[in-house]
Amino acid sequence: MAASSDRNPPPFPGTEELETGQTDMADGDSDEGEDIFVSNSNPVSVSRGVSQPDRVSEEPPDLFSEEEADSTTAKSNGVHSDDDNDLFAEAHVELGTDKSTRSAQKDLPTSSGPRPATSFTQSPASLQPTSLEQLEEEEATDSFDVDVAVTNPEKVGDGMNAYVAYKVSTRTSLAMFRNKTFSVRRRFSDFLGLYEKLSVKQSLHGCIIPPPPEKSVVGMTKVKVGMDDPSSVEFVERRRAALERYLQRIVSHPSLLQDPDVREFLERDELPRAVNTQALSGAGFLKMITKASDAVNKMTIKMNESDTWFEDKFQEVETEEQQLRKLHAMVDSLVNHRKELCGNTAVFAKSMAMLGNSEDNTALSRALSQLAEVEDKMEQLHQEQAASDFFILAELLADYIRLVGAVRGCFDQRMRAWQRWQEAQSTLQKKREAEAKLLWANKPDKLQQAKEEITEWESRVTQYERDFDRIGMAVRKEVLRFEKEKAKDFKSQIIKYLEAMMQSQQRLVKFWEAFLPEAKAIA
Amino acid sequence: MMEEAKDEASVLSVHGDDIKVTEVLKDGDTLTFLIISKKLSGTGEYHVDRTYDDFEWLQQHLFAQEDVPGIQGVIFPPLPAKPQVNASAKTMKQLGILGLGEWQPYCKAMETFLRQVAAHSVLCRNKAVEVFLTSSAPPGRQKIRKNIFNRLSQAVEEMRKEGHKDVDEFFQTERDRNLVLTSCTKTAAEKFLDMVLTEQKIAVACGHFSAALHLLVEPGEDADKQAFSRVCVKLSEVFESMKKNMTSVAENNMSTLGLGLDLESRHQEAEKEMLFRRTCKLVELESTKRNAEKAKPVKKLAMEEVKKAAETEFEHICRVAKQEITRFEKVRVEMLQQALVQWCEKQLLTAKESADQFNKHLQVFGGMA
Repeated sequence: MAASSDRNPPPFPGTEELETGQTDMADGDSDEGEDIFVSNSNPVSVSRGVSQPDRVSEEPPDLFSEEEADSTTAKSNGVHSDDDNDLFAEAHVELGTDKSTRSAQKDLPTSSGPRPATSFTQSPASLQPTSLEQLEEEEATDSFDVDVAVTNPEKVGDGMNAYVAYKVSTRTSLAMFRNKTFSVRRRFSDFLGLYEKLSVKQSLHGCIIPPPPEKSVVGMTKVKVGMDDPSSVEFVERRRAALERYLQRIVSHPSLLQDPDVREFLERDELPRAVNTQALSGAGFLKMITKASDAVNKMTIKMNESDTWFEDKFQEVETEEQQLRKLHAMVDSLVNHRKELCGNTAVFAKSMAMLGNSEDNTALSRALSQLAEVEDKMEQLHQEQAASDFFILAELLADYIRLVGAVRGCFDQRMRAWQRWQEAQSTLQKKREAEAKLLWANKPDKLQQAKEEITEWESRVTQYERDFDRIGMAVRKEVLRFEKEKAKDFKSQIIKYLEAMMQSQQRLVKFWEAFLPEAKAIA
Repeated sequence: MMEEAKDEASVLSVHGDDIKVTEVLKDGDTLTFLIISKKLSGTGEYHVDRTYDDFEWLQQHLFAQEDVPGIQGVIFPPLPAKPQVNASAKTMKQLGILGLGEWQPYCKAMETFLRQVAAHSVLCRNKAVEVFLTSSAPPGRQKIRKNIFNRLSQAVEEMRKEGHKDVDEFFQTERDRNLVLTSCTKTAAEKFLDMVLTEQKIAVACGHFSAALHLLVEPGEDADKQAFSRVCVKLSEVFESMKKNMTSVAENNMSTLGLGLDLESRHQEAEKEMLFRRTCKLVELESTKRNAEKAKPVKKLAMEEVKKAAETEFEHICRVAKQEITRFEKVRVEMLQQALVQWCEKQLLTAKESADQFNKHLQVFGGMA
């Protein structure tokens, strides 16, 4: 669907002027340029959410123009100045290939804010076709036009009962939704509740269900106290971004999108409070997966894989998870060093300012003061770089650690299906033996019952075998889809990262160029 | 060997502004520097090896020139502290940026010391300088007797003289200013060092990440696997260049502004020492004046003699000190300017290269399937 423009959802009122440039979606599009994370490196700017009130003049500030996405903190607070975002937009790279952007037309080329639908995880439900034939093949399974954004975190209530409510905005052209654009307010436990429901249902089908971000008692407690300090701001932003990616992954999955719970989550005004989200605290999620794996490992009957594909894949997945963890730890360490450098730079800047003040020689004094200012600017840069490292790279790795865990969960589901089948077979066998015994013992009424039970179990065995085959196919398909998405995901995130880094360096060049004449001017 | 020579004046036979310390050899705690000086007449060069101890020998000789009137008013070019294997925390703090184990900045600092000595109109005349720079045999290792220039040997009670009020406004101002600048510069140098150390840590972290990314590379024909592996390999290259960039940034910092702040800091300390010596002399002078006044007629003449001698010496010191302060002011501003300009130029170049690199990487990623 990506390439066929007639599949584009009807242009959104008000964004038509943008349409013209963007109908050809196969073109590399601004999705890639979307710097959901870079511009969100300043956490405050994120709550700008969908709306870009100051950004583009000719179009409605809000993507979903039905509701004015009010941004109480519309302005990025200076970590990313406006110019920077524009610079970033200029630096945006046109990628020729993949991202399907059913949402392309609504997407602004100047990706200044968190672009709702077009996050790096957004992609057509099925694999992105790279050739026309594939395209035609995929058409049937393709084209889910749903874009989701999570924005405007707001604290509700006071004290320890307070919580953060997020605005979940959806834009869609699908008939199954009541409206084309709509939004609801959801709290974190609602997202967890959705995951619970999906897990129960969908995992039986071998689906890889994207996991939500973890609970954090520490993080939330701080937020309950007050949302203003930098670490709380960062926490909320991190969570908001993670929730958005979570939803985007869900809606881009063809089967999950069809699930009524998903629809309800997106549409329904009031959701019943999700209880029993205990399982999904920090380590809880991974514990759950591990428990499932352990259960499988304890199976006495070992599965005989006729097809080594599953065994090999499982091994790969396990290895990959370990490696991702290692990498994540390294990026964490890098982020910490950068933050340290921020601190060092600020302190140095102060010491130079003091030195400049104490200096009698006017030209030298001025140059030293300028130096102090340059260093202050560099501190900003380091902050932004730390944010990029974190929000782009570290979170990418963290997401995939969780996702790979979900993949493992899939494999476990398949194992369980196999187990069920095997157990049914063994029960059937027992029933047959019982029947034989009864035949011998000549108890006609019991025999009738036995025959009935055998019939029942025979059909169960058939059912379970079918289930097993089906789940096997589904898992296979899911894994392939996952790998495709993973490659795309990583690529697009890294491009974002590189663009942010390049921008930083360009600004650095400007700082030095501005300082040089000052240094030379010292008599 | 050449202690007698210290009393003879001599003329330096090499270009003072062209002395180079080109190499250093490390053998345990012993450092041997290779020093090259160009002959004034003709086209020859002197190549000599000198250990750190030889530098100290030179410095001691310069301190010991008690026959030179007003020698205590000289701001002596500061010698960097001796680097040691397994240095104590105190030594490391003293060494500052020179303690990072990078030999280029250290050689440069030693070079600056020699050039400053050679450029000093009074000091360069000491025969020890000529010997140090030109003699193929190493200078003597015998210790010179202690002199009052060794601040560390000064009695603690002398320290309170530091705050003694001055009779001359010029000097009082200079002392006050020096006090502030010494502490500000020292702080700035320390904070700068902290920055450089963190930059080095970042470089190392980038290197680790770059290497670890290869873990994610998987063999296989699968198109998606290959795509992912390519992404990982490319990202690894990105981080490798980030590591190189950070390493350059740290090196630039060290070799220009780091060195400059370090030198400035040590210079301010050297001026502080000089001003202190003068202050001590002032205290001594005032004491002789009091003694002369209070002296009984029997001793009066002798006391007056002592007073006159003290006055003369003090005058010499003040005269020399004033000259030194003026010269010092000019030299340090020049030096700082040079350091700042070089720093800026180098960092600008590195930043441009880095921006370029990122651009190239972006192109590669953009073009990847």
